Amino acid sequence: MAASAARGLSRINMAALAFGLAFLYLPIVILVIYSFNASQLVTVWGGWSLRWYRELFNDEAMLAAAWMSLRVAAMSATAAAVLGTLAAVALTRAGAFRGRTLFSGMLYAPLVMPEVITGLTLLLLFVAVNAERGFWTVTIAHTTLTMCFVTVVVQSRLVALDRSLEEVAMDLGCPPARAFVAVTLPLILPAIAAGWMLAFTLSLDDLVIASFTTGPGSATLPIRIYSEVRLGVKPQINAICTLIVALLTLVIVAASMATKLTSARGESAAPL
Amino acid sequence: MSARRLFTGPARLAAIAPYLWLALFFLVPFGFVIKISLSQTAVAQPPYLPVFDLAAGWNGFVAAFGDLTLDNYRLLVSDNLYLLAYLRSVMVAFTATAILLLIGYPVAYAMARLPSRWQATAMMLVIIPFWTSFLIRVYAWINILQHDGLLNTVLVGLGIVSAPLSWLATDTAMYIGLVYSYLPFMILPLYATLSKMDGALLEAAADLGCSPLKAFWLVTVPISLPGVGAGVLLCFIPIVGEFVIPDLLAGSDALMIGQTIWLEFFTNRDWPVASATAVVLLVILVVPLLFYERAQMRQIEGRR
Amino acid sequence: MADDELKAQVAASAATAPGAPLLRVAGVVKRFGNVTAVDGVSLDIRAGEFFALLGPSGCGKTTLLRMLAGFETPDEGAILLDGVDIAHALPHERPLNMMFQSYALFPHLTVAGNVAFGLKRMGLTRAETEARVAELLALVQLGGFEGRRPDQLSGGQRQRVALARALARRPRVLLLDEPMAALDKKLREGTQRELVALQRRLGMTFIVVTHDQEEAMTLADRIGVMNAGRLAQVAPPRELYETPASRWVAEFVGDVDVVEAEVTARDGARLTLWSDAACAISAVAPPAPAAGRVCVAVRPEKIRLAPRAAGEPAAAFNALPGEVVGHSYLGDVSLYQVRLVTGTLLRAAVTNTARASGGFAVGARVVASFAPDDCMVLPE
Repeated sequence: MAASAARGLSRINMAALAFGLAFLYLPIVILVIYSFNASQLVTVWGGWSLRWYRELFNDEAMLAAAWMSLRVAAMSATAAAVLGTLAAVALTRAGAFRGRTLFSGMLYAPLVMPEVITGLTLLLLFVAVNAERGFWTVTIAHTTLTMCFVTVVVQSRLVALDRSLEEVAMDLGCPPARAFVAVTLPLILPAIAAGWMLAFTLSLDDLVIASFTTGPGSATLPIRIYSEVRLGVKPQINAICTLIVALLTLVIVAASMATKLTSARGESAAPL
Repeated sequence: MSARRLFTGPARLAAIAPYLWLALFFLVPFGFVIKISLSQTAVAQPPYLPVFDLAAGWNGFVAAFGDLTLDNYRLLVSDNLYLLAYLRSVMVAFTATAILLLIGYPVAYAMARLPSRWQATAMMLVIIPFWTSFLIRVYAWINILQHDGLLNTVLVGLGIVSAPLSWLATDTAMYIGLVYSYLPFMILPLYATLSKMDGALLEAAADLGCSPLKAFWLVTVPISLPGVGAGVLLCFIPIVGEFVIPDLLAGSDALMIGQTIWLEFFTNRDWPVASATAVVLLVILVVPLLFYERAQMRQIEGRR
Repeated sequence: MADDELKAQVAASAATAPGAPLLRVAGVVKRFGNVTAVDGVSLDIRAGEFFALLGPSGCGKTTLLRMLAGFETPDEGAILLDGVDIAHALPHERPLNMMFQSYALFPHLTVAGNVAFGLKRMGLTRAETEARVAELLALVQLGGFEGRRPDQLSGGQRQRVALARALARRPRVLLLDEPMAALDKKLREGTQRELVALQRRLGMTFIVVTHDQEEAMTLADRIGVMNAGRLAQVAPPRELYETPASRWVAEFVGDVDVVEAEVTARDGARLTLWSDAACAISAVAPPAPAAGRVCVAVRPEKIRLAPRAAGEPAAAFNALPGEVVGHSYLGDVSLYQVRLVTGTLLRAAVTNTARASGGFAVGARVVASFAPDDCMVLPE
């Protein structure tokens, strides 16, 4: 191996990669397969069937929760995209300013903070101001949580951008703010879109924070799934999970293609 | 470059909205948690005393202060339940992070050595499960690990065991779930660091007399340490406060601190104790959090 | 094969075969897919010489160097170091060391750590290692830099550390891959002189790969010019410049004016030719028999320009009438472009030896002439 160039996989490397990927995908694949299992028992394969999907669509509570989740996700992703982009612009262009350390600290903390803490603190805030808990409180909570993901994605694109494009615009008569809007913004739009999609999937998936900040009658999908799961494995859950997996995979593939997220050699993943 | 300075003004303006948002919805709530942790439980809405009633004026304010108490904290220290929960959480996070490192490093290393055109695909393959619902992935493992689930069926079928074992409600199941859920968090920062390493460094090491194994140990590992640090922090800190995975996969005899907070809050309706527990958890995590923030700052500053 | 065993073997065989070259490349071929990067190269390198592999990018010189270092294995042929074939030995088993183009300094080690890296497996005590590191750093004029880190060094300083590190194990041959590529011009010239002085002082064999022919000429005792995987010529700088083996070598090494001609007569050591520029040429016959169509090449600095009065008959041989169509004043030389009556463009380089020399204006009518000894007859 030493005699050839540094790039190249040995058998051990291939095995490690294959094992890692198999480990990641196998459970989901099994889940998807079993959502089509006509039999209710996992031990018995009863043939292919859409039975559980049909039952799913008759489950009012589940459908209401799904609708709630989608609305929350869309709204919070949009708010997160706006705020996150503003934050990214501030971090890359504003230079040093008073409170910058605090700013980025607040911004990146939700990435690692245990969700029980974030959920609890937000709920206490809402209670103190006597806010009615439901759609809006969950949305606000999710926006706060997902903002930093948008910032990470947009920031890495901003940093890699060629500054001379803006300078040309200014040379041709645009004031700085207009140069930014006219030249830079369109160029980072794919990154903003990707950030939106990431925020969307995160919001759709969140259980803990939603549990803390939601109100009666406004259960999100994860909350419903969680309460069902606590009672044991049910095939209907396999069906809803498969649908969610399909939706999220589509969104993520779209996000990857929009930014060529993955081609920047880990640049956008570095802060993760 | 003077062009850069032209942007700082408007860019600073851009910071205002997110700044205010974060100050209001991130910082301020911490103040509330601390305050509630010093309050007393009550069967009321909200379920704690004292409540700062703005109508009561300054005197009411001062009086309410007098009602603050450290009782909740004393409870935490005196009752073994909480101590054990903290200890268990740290131990579990430590063990899980170690396992994650053992599995994640070879995978990230293999990814970094792929030909360039395959690296993009590999990274996407690692990211997709990560984004495909945390809860669902944990549930998928319940599916496999349950008493009449796939794992037992395979084991019995192959004759490795005579009767189905109970995998659920064990620490093993919890570790499987933790490693499974957090693996991308470990792989990605490791991969980011390893892929940036100059291949010529390994050639130089070979030229200077190192066998491939020695070169790995003397060159690759030290250079990958920042990635290792990032991965470790990204996994350790959230795992300490994990709730969903231990709740669904581990046994109910020993609790992690995330579960304790949830229990106090939702089941016991004891918000003050829950808050105190959360504050202590934060204190425990302060040191790793500061390390993480410092690493973040270095990343951002280095990229400016 | 263990490091020490190979060294002992190499030392032993050196004693038994005096006069044989230190390094012999025999018929080495290397293919990548259906591209042949190195196509049957054979070369002898003598002990203590400074050898340069010169060629345009893609000619295979770097591949050849990497095969010497052990990072590639030849598909055919042998690489003999003191008579022992090392073509399939792993890099860490060979007594050769390489200085990388990107320097490849270990970012996690100090300068001292980098230089000492290769010494770790040689069984030296800590004191011996430290002394050796200090000695090497003094050699490259970086004394006192032991504690610095690579990211604190300038480009030139990093290059010296890379050099010191490659010399640490006292290799039989030092391989240098485009060592000056990352340096700016002024630094490059100074470093070239220092490198030559260092090599003389150490008496070590150096092989350098470069695409810069001025660099090759400055550094090397002998130059091997490569083109498309093959060796076009191996010669000392002077011979390469004044007696190129082919038109390609003449054009690659330095500037040259080429005129195609037909051999009309041969008289002992003299050839008479009729050129496509419509004049007779008298030249020295090359060692290989030349007949039919050939190229006559002249270096621009060997061309003399003289004003031409209308109606004046030209000299019989080696006199090309024309008109100045371009003039670049470079300070030390003036470059003229002369269009001959047949339309061919000729370059002439005139050294400005006197301060007040006037030179020729654009449009001036001139005669370009050269001595028979100064032109080279090359195969087509």
